[in-house]
Amino acid sequence: MVAKAKSEKTKADENEGNRRDFLILATGAVGSIGVALSIWPFIDSMNPSADVLALSSTEIDISPIEEGQAITIQWRGKPVFIRHRTAVEVEEARAVDVKTLRDPEPDQERVEKPEWLILVGVCTHLGCIPLGQKMGDPRGDWDGWFCPCHGSHYDSSGRVRKGPAPKNLTVPPYVFIDDALVRIG
Amino acid sequence: MCKKRFLLLIVVGFSLLLGGPHPAGAAGGAEYSHQEWTFDGIFGRFDRAALRRGHQVYSEVCSGCHGLGLVAYRNLMDIGFSEEEAKEIAAEAVIEDGPNEEGEMYDRPGKLSDHFVAPFQNDQAARYYNNGAFPPDLSLIVKARKGGADYIYGLMTGYEEEAPENIEMMEGMSYNRAFPGHQIAMPQPLYEDLVEYADGKPASIDQMAKDISVFLAWTAEPELEERKSLGIKVLLFMILLTAMLYAVKRRIWSKLR
Amino acid sequence: MISPDKGIGKWIEDRLPIFEFTQHSLVDYPTPKNLNYWWNFGSLAGITLVILILTGVMLAMQYTPHVDHAFNSVERIMRDVNYGWLLRYLHMNGGTMFFIVVYIHIFRGMYYGSYKSPRELLWWLGVIILLLMMATAFMGYVLPWGQMSFWATTVITNLFSAVPLVGEDIVTWMWGGFAVGNPTLNRFYALHYLLPFVLVGVVILHIWALHTVKSNNPLGIDMKGPQDSIPFHPYYTAKDYFGLGVFFIVYMAIVFFAPNFFGEPDNYIPANPMATPPHIVPEWYFLPYYAILRAIPDKLGGVIAMFGSILILFVLPWLDRSKVRSARFRPIYKQFFWLFLADCFVLGWVGANPPEGMFITIGRVATAYYFAHFLILLPLLGLVEKTKPLPESIASAVADTGPPKG
Repeated sequence: MVAKAKSEKTKADENEGNRRDFLILATGAVGSIGVALSIWPFIDSMNPSADVLALSSTEIDISPIEEGQAITIQWRGKPVFIRHRTAVEVEEARAVDVKTLRDPEPDQERVEKPEWLILVGVCTHLGCIPLGQKMGDPRGDWDGWFCPCHGSHYDSSGRVRKGPAPKNLTVPPYVFIDDALVRIG
Repeated sequence: MCKKRFLLLIVVGFSLLLGGPHPAGAAGGAEYSHQEWTFDGIFGRFDRAALRRGHQVYSEVCSGCHGLGLVAYRNLMDIGFSEEEAKEIAAEAVIEDGPNEEGEMYDRPGKLSDHFVAPFQNDQAARYYNNGAFPPDLSLIVKARKGGADYIYGLMTGYEEEAPENIEMMEGMSYNRAFPGHQIAMPQPLYEDLVEYADGKPASIDQMAKDISVFLAWTAEPELEERKSLGIKVLLFMILLTAMLYAVKRRIWSKLR
Repeated sequence: MISPDKGIGKWIEDRLPIFEFTQHSLVDYPTPKNLNYWWNFGSLAGITLVILILTGVMLAMQYTPHVDHAFNSVERIMRDVNYGWLLRYLHMNGGTMFFIVVYIHIFRGMYYGSYKSPRELLWWLGVIILLLMMATAFMGYVLPWGQMSFWATTVITNLFSAVPLVGEDIVTWMWGGFAVGNPTLNRFYALHYLLPFVLVGVVILHIWALHTVKSNNPLGIDMKGPQDSIPFHPYYTAKDYFGLGVFFIVYMAIVFFAPNFFGEPDNYIPANPMATPPHIVPEWYFLPYYAILRAIPDKLGGVIAMFGSILILFVLPWLDRSKVRSARFRPIYKQFFWLFLADCFVLGWVGANPPEGMFITIGRVATAYYFAHFLILLPLLGLVEKTKPLPESIASAVADTGPPKG
């Protein structure tokens, strides 16, 4: 009788213990979820804010750019070259054997419309701004751009041909809204 | 006994504090009454139609003198304007940009990323064109005035043709029931049918006053809806967690009994 | 899990005994078994400080401490920074919660005699913490560069000109100019970032001092042995967690549903040195001191009275000579405690109102009473009060009245 009562008691204790452990476990879990959820606003506040995101894309009216001309605009704090290529420049760019390039890329993959070349004007070597946008600028041996810092040459598709730069000039994401308007970013 | 007395103290203390500062020293207290706003309470939300009408009132009536510089045109997309509508509204504004390559400043139409353009170049110009009075920027006005949206509504509807007999009005001032001191430099801004609402609602003074108050409540607290909805979730979570923590506490302390 | 007896745990423990330290200070630490919920407020204060520092650092990443940009940078945080409004409101109302919690914590100390021997130094560290909190909060309020930010700063820094001979020079030195301006804003920002970390240091000393003499308790009698105490963990960790939950409910209700309740509308107007607001009001936690300042018609007298009202706390252990700690056994002192608390509320109410009419009289009476409580009542009571008999021990008192209810 006593033995039975004892074992019943320990069983009740055990149940009690299990109930308590479960409660503590469950509370700990809910609390941890709360802590994890609370951390997110702190981290997210460091992500680009709404005003920064608003400037993350820009629309450019390209209708005033004559054939053979180029403009430089600012996008996300960097210069972007927009060149209205002549037929000759397009042809030169497409005549190249892609396999011989340091960073092989056919010209067709670097433009939406062949006469409009849009590139981020930052040398892929160490970040200088290559020359070739203005009249009288050196354009390098391939009629594109020339970086004065360490002598990288880019062709009429913005691809690196000579010098220390490892990659072609970056093509930013862009889309033509219509014939006169392009949205970059 | 101690507990009850302490609680009484807290209640008395708080009500004294809440009774709060009187706008004394002025000729009289501000008179305005509490309105029912859809953005009040823990489930508050802004009435989108009222916001749109309120923007129209701001645009056609207030923007001649008052800036809204903390609001960007892209913010209009948060209250139901489409991207195209917001772009159109932005494009109507003239922004000074530059210098260009010749070193000159130039004008261009507004973009979504621009903020609302102020009617005056600077504070001095604002005063010059308003007889020395300064029309404040309205972005935060609902938070910057005691009474908030109730006060703005009361101000818009508080004008009276004739001041009461015992009050001598100063030159150029108008009598307003809600304005502290009752003499306000701004002439009555709202008149019946001043605006033709795009949604066809009759533009009574009361309607326009309501709508501009809602709009300005939004410009002051654009985060209100997100804040309250997140708040409900947080509070429910905390109540649940606290109940569980209480159960744990009781469990642990029962060992001592 | 990691154990201090083997592996990485032992490697660390041999070089820096953090496990033993934690076990001693946080787990085994003998705590009186009869503490009530008024003892939760210390840990709440510590956690509030941590929240203020975390939100403060995040805000500091986005704020610009220049007179031309400060106000707008705060509005950018409110409107454009992801969850910026939440960080700002948490920080702003965290300051309020910090003072609520600390004031309750202080009044708990006054009621139960926690400032008496051997806890005088513990009490002093607490008063230093209060002073640092006030300095930090004062400088923090300037940063949004609203009308109240500017004018409250102008008024309070101007007080130092009351110092004889060098007063004006002190004020010019504080301002870094001839009025509150950009140099003032920039240096207050630097100090507002610095002081909370000084605070953390003093809090560590405060807890160290506490652990040396052990906690007081509602009966005010010493722990005499293990029968009077229980280990801090799990009993008071569990109770503190629960208290934290209740605290958060209140805090979050304010942050999400009444975030500007404790604020001043005028501070949403950009600072204008050419236009003084009709009523300059400091933040609520400064109102009683503001009332004391204005109660004395003399400028220097007012400044002395205002600082005196806090500095007098340093000598409290020597003003109150009663051998009995807890107000539970001091029936006369208990009444005067509640009167004193009421007086503090009255002072706060006076401070919120313009110094006119009846507020002047009430303010003066309340100020006189404030100092009378410390300088006249307490010493007298220590001599003449007939206290109630103290219980034998904590354990016997608990046994008689049953285990603590909560």
